[in-house]
Amino acid sequence: MNAQMVMYEDEFNQITQVCERLTREASAKVVFLVDKNGQLIASCGQTENLDTTSLASLTAGNIAATGGLAKLIGEKEFSILFHEGERDNLHITIVGGRVILVVIFDSRSSLGLVRLRVKKAGEELGRIFDGLLKKVEAPGAGSPFAEITDEDIDNLFSE
Amino acid sequence: MSFINYSSREISCKIVYYGPGLCGKTTNLQYIYAKTNPEAKGKMISLATETDRTLFFDFLPLSLAEIRGFKTRFHLYTVPGQVFYDASRKLILKGVDGVVFVADSQIERMEANLESFDNLRTNLAEQGYDLAKVPFVVQYNKRDLPNVVPVDELRRALNIQGVPEYQAVAPTGVGVFDTLKAVAKLVLTELRKTG
Ligand SMILES: Nc1nc2c(ncn2[C@@H]2O[C@H](COP(=O)(O)OP(=O)(O)OP(=O)(O)O)[C@@H](O)[C@H]2O)c(=O)[nH]1
Ligand SMILES: [Mg+2]
Repeated sequence: MNAQMVMYEDEFNQITQVCERLTREASAKVVFLVDKNGQLIASCGQTENLDTTSLASLTAGNIAATGGLAKLIGEKEFSILFHEGERDNLHITIVGGRVILVVIFDSRSSLGLVRLRVKKAGEELGRIFDGLLKKVEAPGAGSPFAEITDEDIDNLFSE
Repeated sequence: MSFINYSSREISCKIVYYGPGLCGKTTNLQYIYAKTNPEAKGKMISLATETDRTLFFDFLPLSLAEIRGFKTRFHLYTVPGQVFYDASRKLILKGVDGVVFVADSQIERMEANLESFDNLRTNLAEQGYDLAKVPFVVQYNKRDLPNVVPVDELRRALNIQGVPEYQAVAPTGVGVFDTLKAVAKLVLTELRKTG
């Protein structure tokens, strides 16, 4: 099966810093990162009333569907998606071929500004994820689950 | 593919419910949603047609207890069973950690079961997965109906691998949690192997 997706403390902090800076510099309401399978990696900004788990899954579904459309017309993928709402807008990009960067912004920002800032943040995130991938593939990066017992698993379901 | 997050100490796995149209995939998730404590579940999302057929997917996030200090999350998805939604089914299978095949036990749906089963194998193979190696569980649903195929016949057609199998009546929950637990257990066991 595919390589395991893993996140460590160091990389998580670096990623969060990039997202926080992007939120500030793009005057965004919310910035979040999702892996292509729909799992939330990081989120920042005004996330209190936001169902980020649902957002993550639908974003990944959206990217998967438009990726399918792209292939049908002979494109590799659409690397930028933009949805314009009455109040809030969604800007979605694929970073490093593997993760999805989503920016939610309103009239206090603009598409031009978001694009510009996303480009820079995307490059930084791409580098962090490249490093992360190397770390995961390195030998000896054992999983904490190598040692789980049948009992551990059974206990999960003992309501 | 599961996602281990050392920073938030969480592990998430993706489980997909597969099977022919109207076999009861969405009903499985609805029952699980209805019977799970609020703190252990997120919102269930259903992207469906106006007649309640799954159009793209259903999604239900569950979070179980901790294992070795890691919170375990399972993201449950259903595929749209109708034959012509095949492109969407392929997308939902991406990154899958475990599969539940829900069969419709009614005699007249036997062909649809077989077709969907072949489709599952083909779509998994396209992504480089071998059905024989993926954590996999079979559910024989709609056992409450009068015109059902005997279980050993279903088994010969859909479970020659001998994976865990359960009889179910999804609307009343018979077999629903047994199925979920079995696939979750296989997924976690697989994690131990690859770890
Ligand atoms: N009698 C009976 N009806 C069932 C059972 N399971 C599901 N149903 C009914 O079958 C119908 C279809 O169920 P769904 O769960 O929507 O089917 P699905 O597999 O999600 O179908 P698609 O979304 O088209 O792929 C609904 O009316 C259910 O109530 C069962 O065990 N017994
Ligand atoms: Mg459905």
